[in-house]
Amino acid sequence: MAKQQPRVDAVIVGLGWTGSIMGMELTEAGLNVLALERGADRTNEDFAYPKPADELEYGIRHTMMQKPKQAAVTIRRDLEERALPQRKLGAFLPGDGVGGAGAHWTGVLIRPTPTDLQLKSFADQAFGKGVLQDDMQIQDFGVTWDELEPHFTFFEKVCGQSGTTGNLNGEIQEGGDPFEGPRSEPYPLPALQDTQNTEMFDKAARQLGYHPFPNPSANVSEAWTNPYGMQLGPCNYCGFCSRYGCLNYSKASPQTCILNALKQRSNFAYRTNANVTRVELAQDGKTATGVTYIDEHGEEVFQPADMVILASYSLNNVRLMLNSGIGKPYDPVARTGTVGRNYAYQIGGGIHMYFDDIEFNPFATAGATGRMFNDFSPGNFDSAPYGFIGGAKMHSSQASGTPIKTPLPKSAPKWGQGYKDALQQRYGHHMKLSMTGSVMSYRSNMLDLDPTWKDPYGMPLLRMTFDWKQNEHRLSAFMRDRLREIADVLKPDYRDESFNLEGSHFKVTSYVSTHNVGGAVMGTDPSTSAINRYLQSWDVHNVFVPGGNAFPQNFQANPTDLIGALTYWSAKKIREEYLKNPGPLMSA
Amino acid sequence: MSSRIKNRQRRDFLRGSLTMIPAITLGSGVTLTAQAAEPAPNLSDYQPAFFSDEEWSFLLAACDRLIPGESEGKGPGALDTNVPVFIDRQMDSPYGHAERWYMQGPFVLDGSPDLGFQYPYTPRDVYQKGIAMTQAYCQQQYGKRFETLDNDTRDTVLKALEANDIDFASLGESQKLEASEFFASLLENTKEGYLADPIHGGNKNMAAWKMVGFPGARASYRDWVDQHNVDYPLGPVSLTGERG
Repeated sequence: MAKQQPRVDAVIVGLGWTGSIMGMELTEAGLNVLALERGADRTNEDFAYPKPADELEYGIRHTMMQKPKQAAVTIRRDLEERALPQRKLGAFLPGDGVGGAGAHWTGVLIRPTPTDLQLKSFADQAFGKGVLQDDMQIQDFGVTWDELEPHFTFFEKVCGQSGTTGNLNGEIQEGGDPFEGPRSEPYPLPALQDTQNTEMFDKAARQLGYHPFPNPSANVSEAWTNPYGMQLGPCNYCGFCSRYGCLNYSKASPQTCILNALKQRSNFAYRTNANVTRVELAQDGKTATGVTYIDEHGEEVFQPADMVILASYSLNNVRLMLNSGIGKPYDPVARTGTVGRNYAYQIGGGIHMYFDDIEFNPFATAGATGRMFNDFSPGNFDSAPYGFIGGAKMHSSQASGTPIKTPLPKSAPKWGQGYKDALQQRYGHHMKLSMTGSVMSYRSNMLDLDPTWKDPYGMPLLRMTFDWKQNEHRLSAFMRDRLREIADVLKPDYRDESFNLEGSHFKVTSYVSTHNVGGAVMGTDPSTSAINRYLQSWDVHNVFVPGGNAFPQNFQANPTDLIGALTYWSAKKIREEYLKNPGPLMSA
Repeated sequence: MSSRIKNRQRRDFLRGSLTMIPAITLGSGVTLTAQAAEPAPNLSDYQPAFFSDEEWSFLLAACDRLIPGESEGKGPGALDTNVPVFIDRQMDSPYGHAERWYMQGPFVLDGSPDLGFQYPYTPRDVYQKGIAMTQAYCQQQYGKRFETLDNDTRDTVLKALEANDIDFASLGESQKLEASEFFASLLENTKEGYLADPIHGGNKNMAAWKMVGFPGARASYRDWVDQHNVDYPLGPVSLTGERG
């Protein structure tokens, strides 16, 4: 029989952004809270200069990322293909340890638009019958802009969001994004400094009639003290951000923004190297009694709790639900069940441009440095004639200038003197035009348990079924044409491009995006969502599942701002209603 | 004391100290102090810890063609920058042992290559098998070992590996390791060693960084970020504080 720990009011599985936020909110409500983190502890001391400034260790060997050894995902592109385990990291890089992906993210902190949250309603109104793919399963989030706005505003203050306001209470502001939803308050801090590429992009985009604005950033432009009293220092543009811990207390992370405040609370505790394998349910299956985890000595431990918060990475949240029997697994043939349904992702593409006579100094940059425009998000342009729904963030970002990842022209020799010549000629003379595109949800893009492979504790691995669909291929082709027009204005000496166009399939061998979303989506209908609009399991009312898993499809921007806002939204409902009267917050 | 002995002692020191520190600080944190005291070794004095003498001769000859030295044109080469030392040290890192990878069977070898790496092999295995089969091929084709071929012929062999024109299965490979896979690992690791911080054993004297104009671990450009399209004036620094 498993060892048993003393009961707690709430157990949180995973101590990244959502776990830290829930820890803060639930301890504030007076609960006795325990967080279980499967990775190692990590504090700001682990990021002391110069340690993070090591491209091989962090940028290439992924020292801060999840180890497939502990939790691989098996992947196939359609329901007929045999899924194979992703044995080493490739297409996506989930985080590991305290802070999770929030410790090594880039720090682009951007809101979705009001339309993104109600995409199905928008589609019904803007697209005639038969325009969109019939296997598409897009849905509204079940929560509106106005409901979430205060939570965006608060989370952005926690992070010290830096940028230029575009819409303040309905008034359009010069220099910001005129397409953003109305903000109740301006950005907490001004935008980061421009770089050579952002100046060039801005000018070309304006010339073509677009509305560029600085990438909304959680790398802070100025000193900031957040609502928890945590202090961030002005970003020093060190160039080691995405995939690295911040060496300057400048990038918002659970470490820099929440954890040192949370750790001071006597009703909060956390254990590391505590790998939760399943949520335990009461005999009637309607409530959870706690979680079982494997501790650092390999021993199985039962942790009783009145509430369970699944705050792990989106993929692992879904896997825990499936391995615990929470909710009904999705069946893509019968189209029944909800857990694993509507897994979605992000599609990228871009044009690499090389300028012989321009010095970009790519090493002098913040992770979020860049300009973007939102003219091509849903509702801001008419995509129906092109046969697709969705949009893309069009941008020129310069996340880093680390040399192992130096982009070189496709035509450059891969080795020999020619390679060396290309490195000398091209390093620091490159800028990129990018699209970061939405990905809709479809009948056969889904998650379930793999029938063959298991983790070291004998639990089935998660199986991902995912491929690019026609809608996303068309979106990519449309955005490519727009980016080509920008490149034509900028007139590089050499350019090449890479997009996922018709006929291309998802590949795990090179990096795509760590914006894995869906699989346990939120909504107002229990037949199409695994959790209700308060992120509460429809089936097991004392289990809440905050994270990217809640997105019914993906939008064209980065997910963290919405994940943070949704977590505060859920916590508010827990504090105001659930704790007083535990039970389903919505009737099925 | 010969530097070969010093190398041995340093490796022993590193191994010893690794056992005493918590896992999270493994990596650059540990080697920081150990490496700071010692200049990079001369390649000719270096005694590889993982590769046999015969494998080492292949590695030197191959790296020299992948990134040749000044004799072929401007810029330091893989041998000038101790790239083989880097690769040898990587073989004893978590990477070399595939320590973080999912290595549970069954290993399905007939899936789409787009689903990624599926061999039951660690990078250590890939090097040992890849080198042995390439040597067997050179013996068959030229009656010579790779490192005794002239430069043009070495390039011909490397191109054949790259294009997967050498059939590893006919040379005894049973798990479908392909020549192009071995070549891709070798090339990738060579470039890593050339451009990574010298703390990992390659990029000796930060020569590759000086060549491209990367300032290394300076990691502070607040005063510089608003100066656009201007040559950055300062040379690189490394994680150990070495300046170039």
